[in-house]
Amino acid sequence: METTWFIIVSLMMATYVVLDGFDFGAGILHLFIAKTDIERRSVIAAIGPLWDGNEVWLLAGGGVLFFSFPRAYSAGFSGFYLPLTMVLWLLIMRGISIEFRSLEKSTLWRSFWDGVFFLSSALMAIVLGAALGNVIRGVPLEKSGFFSGPLFTDFATGEHPGVLDWYTVLVGLFAFAMLAMHGALYLRMKLVGEIRARAAAAAKKLFVAVVILGVLATGATQIVQPSIFEHLRGGPFGWFLVFAVVASLVAIPLTYKKAGEGAPFLASCALIATMLAATAAGVYPTLLSSTIDPAYSLNISNASAGGIGLNVGIYWWVAAMIITIGYFIYLFKTFGGKVDLEEGYGH
Amino acid sequence: MDAVSWNRFQFGFLITYHYLFPQLTMGLALIILILKILAIRKQDERYDSAAQFWAKIFGINFAVGVVTGIPMEFQFGTNWAQFSNFAGGVISLTLALEGLFAFFAESAFLGLFLYGRKRLGPKLHLFSAFMVFAGSWLSGYFIIATNAFMQHPVGYEIGKSGALQLADMWAYLLNPWAIWQYLHNMTAAVITGSFVVCAVGAYYILSDRHNEVARKFTTVGVVTGLIACIIILFPTGDQHGKMMAKYQPAALAAMEGKFETSDKAEMALIGQPDIVNRKLDNPLVVPYVLSFLAYGSFGAEVKGMNDMPKDELPDNIELLYYGYHIMVGLGTIFILLMVTAAIKLKRNTLFSSRYLLWILMFAFPFPYIATTFGWMTAELGRQPWTVYGLQRTVHASSPLVSGGSIAFSSLGFMGLYLVMGVLFLYLIGKQIAGGPPEAEGTLAEAA
Repeated sequence: METTWFIIVSLMMATYVVLDGFDFGAGILHLFIAKTDIERRSVIAAIGPLWDGNEVWLLAGGGVLFFSFPRAYSAGFSGFYLPLTMVLWLLIMRGISIEFRSLEKSTLWRSFWDGVFFLSSALMAIVLGAALGNVIRGVPLEKSGFFSGPLFTDFATGEHPGVLDWYTVLVGLFAFAMLAMHGALYLRMKLVGEIRARAAAAAKKLFVAVVILGVLATGATQIVQPSIFEHLRGGPFGWFLVFAVVASLVAIPLTYKKAGEGAPFLASCALIATMLAATAAGVYPTLLSSTIDPAYSLNISNASAGGIGLNVGIYWWVAAMIITIGYFIYLFKTFGGKVDLEEGYGH
Repeated sequence: MDAVSWNRFQFGFLITYHYLFPQLTMGLALIILILKILAIRKQDERYDSAAQFWAKIFGINFAVGVVTGIPMEFQFGTNWAQFSNFAGGVISLTLALEGLFAFFAESAFLGLFLYGRKRLGPKLHLFSAFMVFAGSWLSGYFIIATNAFMQHPVGYEIGKSGALQLADMWAYLLNPWAIWQYLHNMTAAVITGSFVVCAVGAYYILSDRHNEVARKFTTVGVVTGLIACIIILFPTGDQHGKMMAKYQPAALAAMEGKFETSDKAEMALIGQPDIVNRKLDNPLVVPYVLSFLAYGSFGAEVKGMNDMPKDELPDNIELLYYGYHIMVGLGTIFILLMVTAAIKLKRNTLFSSRYLLWILMFAFPFPYIATTFGWMTAELGRQPWTVYGLQRTVHASSPLVSGGSIAFSSLGFMGLYLVMGVLFLYLIGKQIAGGPPEAEGTLAEAA
């Protein structure tokens, strides 16, 4: 049962990154590929009705993590107190910049929110990557089941690493390139005209960056946490996941010219999802590994709550997912197709 | 100040600020739904124009509510990690359910509701308005059920590690405390919504603008406001008070400023609690009333704080006492105001009673104040416990987070929220200055 919940939590987090990832990417790119107010409005309109729903996957995923593994939730959230506070500030500024931008016509007002939108999206992409880096590398968990992660120490990995060290920053940069490319492919699919061409050009350059940073990050992971690859090789789906990651990566340039505009974006979705799945399979059954003593690590059995909770929860989760997937299909269908500035986030 | 005090300060600030927004969105969600139904039923475009106007205000409010709500979900882990370890096996169920059932519905249909009016057509647009309403009200229930467990824990067992775990799911979800607290709280949200809608209507009528639609605002506002103001007192407030008497007698005694145990117990209308000398200064009291309200009998004995162990009394008796009295005092004034307005509305004299319109225009901040103090009563009354009778607040915070870190993040939040509050007021002011959209069809606005 704990394993099922581990998969559920990983699945929800991966869905979050895939969905909110494209609107982070749109935020990173819009300053560079959208020059006029109309172009910027079309970028915002492409994500406007969707970003809030995308972000709910983070909240719901966090809720499900708390539900299935309360000790990992409380250790992780209190240990990353300051970085999470800053994540909150970024999420607040980002949400406000999307919603407030269109409410005033002044160019100064709009430029200001464009800047906020770019900065918060870019930093969030890096932070998400760094967070993943921290989970892979491990944190200085103490015997009490808590840890205190300083923002940075000497940027070296070791027994008492900071939240930011060379490895987590590298993963952060990789995530930045990955989500920017993801957003570029999304905008290429949603927009028309010159801005679409610029999004397509950005996607090509970013693909190169993704490959280079991806190879570097994979190599670095082998140095920092070799056990991930051992688990992956030992596990039942290891080779399949590795194959799926490579196949998704290759599918992006292969489908880019011939197939429809949706195909490379879907390949990019698959790439993010399979990379996260491979990471989860490599980390399993650990949730948060201790850099001090492996015995202090939190895993799926010592971090779960016990009682009937996990058993009754599964029914709720399945019911909720069926309904939610229905909502999302309906939502994406209603706002599907190319962006039309006549309605919605215009004005 | 120690780390626990900083944590309490931060929680108090973040939740007070956050809840200014959902209380309006939950109340407005119902009123917008009523306006949309009236528009279809009566085939009157002025109602649709009114609904569109409020949907804009709703959207801005909702956005601020969402972004200030994200920190609340994080706080369980960041600031109150020991509480999350101890009670997480139970309370995480409702938090997860809130995300899975309420947030998804709200967020998906909010986009459809705000930006899909033309794509959806009237029926589906009404449905999206209903789903936003249902999602936000469901969200309210899950959060109140979580809080109700902290006020009155049920449905749990103590596991091997000493932490709580879920033993009876339905007992937990249908906690009687949750049901009464929910009804009381949602009624309060409707009052906030009604007063805001009334106030904007009164403002337009007094400044002779958008008269037609403004009258719809005030009419709908007064009717929903009157109903809600009665329900807030009876049965919801009354039942909530009786539960406090039964399960949290220390909180009840502190709320009422009652130091001495007595039968035929009096209710203090005014007075200042003097904690050092353990008495109420300058009291103005009505005998028998407290006994009756708490236990349904005029002679019942009500225990005073002097006969309770000191370490089980709330730690901020003064604020608790004033919080409760401000809530009840304002609630009483709301009933008088809404009854007067409703009588005038029935006699068709409301829109010519300029003095009453002035009062309605300036009355809208007070439901916010009453609701805030109501929640302060609930949360201060629960002290010194985080989970009543099971875990003390001093044992609930994150052990390794320093007071300095919490102070830093608190100050950052205060700065960010200040800027956001100013921008919010500016944008709402702009919407109100712009007024409702002209009715599009044949029924062009007469004024």
